[in-house]
Amino acid sequence: MVKGTVKVRLKDGVLDPQGVTIQRALQQMGYDWVRGVRTGRTFEIEMEAGSDDALRQRLKEISDRLLANPVIETYQVEVGQ
Amino acid sequence: MRFGVVTFPGSNCDYDAYAGLRWVLGAPVEFLWHADSDLKDVECVILPGGFSFGDYLRAGAIARFSPVMKSVIKFAESGGLVWGICNGFQILLEAGLLPGAMLRNDTQRFACQWVRLRVETTRTPFTRGCRPGQILRVPIAHAEGNYYADEETLMELESSGRIVFRYVNARGVPDEASNPNGSRRSIAGIISREGNVLGMMPHPERAVEAILGSEDGLVLFNSLLGTTATGIDPVIRRRMVTDREV
Repeated sequence: MVKGTVKVRLKDGVLDPQGVTIQRALQQMGYDWVRGVRTGRTFEIEMEAGSDDALRQRLKEISDRLLANPVIETYQVEVGQ
Repeated sequence: MRFGVVTFPGSNCDYDAYAGLRWVLGAPVEFLWHADSDLKDVECVILPGGFSFGDYLRAGAIARFSPVMKSVIKFAESGGLVWGICNGFQILLEAGLLPGAMLRNDTQRFACQWVRLRVETTRTPFTRGCRPGQILRVPIAHAEGNYYADEETLMELESSGRIVFRYVNARGVPDEASNPNGSRRSIAGIISREGNVLGMMPHPERAVEAILGSEDGLVLFNSLLGTTATGIDPVIRRRMVTDREV
């Protein structure tokens, strides 16, 4: 079994209300060095073995179809580890 | 016109839509099940509000792959009327039947309140019974209703008259204070290029009787039905409920 990782985040320039709220909370807690927070999501996926290229391709396919919404989000895929 | 209301796991406005159609308007209506692909020959499919599949991943993202949605997409592509309300709108966006996406409300709160909607176009089957610029008082209830699309898409929606509803203030003007969720250009509802698929965040089906606080949602149902009924007499309705349900 191989582990695949997909990291999904909002595109630059798309408002992240959760990030803004977390940033405000951190600043209220006294962490006034925080200049910005953007949130995202990580998927850890157990995969049948295959070549790196094939695995990457599979991860991209499920990201495009389900894990990410291309209108507002981008993603990165990693294979292994 | 025969209506079908889809029930997904986590739908919670399916009965509101069903009850409004059947008992207030006296229209034929059927429930459709998410795991079936049969649309039972209905002429208008309603994707109701709620939290399909717990809103996991993104609102509407999982429901969009339900067996029923395969049929709904085919139905929409062949010109069938599809009406997505709240979660239903989110599903239509995820399915790509309407452009754009929903972000979390910019307030970071679940918005549960009455809003004023301005009808931006009467050239749709859903609003043809409205007066141009008519203001409808209807409720909203959502956490992810912050409509987002890139500038190019927004321009296209605007110039082709596909923005159907906007949130407005008491004077009928869209402004920041009357925008409950941060939606681009105060958008509350949009329609497909072909004019047969409507998505809207507010709940007209929860505003079909005075006892609910507003009857302003009726005009949209009446537009589809080609009637101007203001609802069935309560006595008749009670009799219908008794006849059919007991």
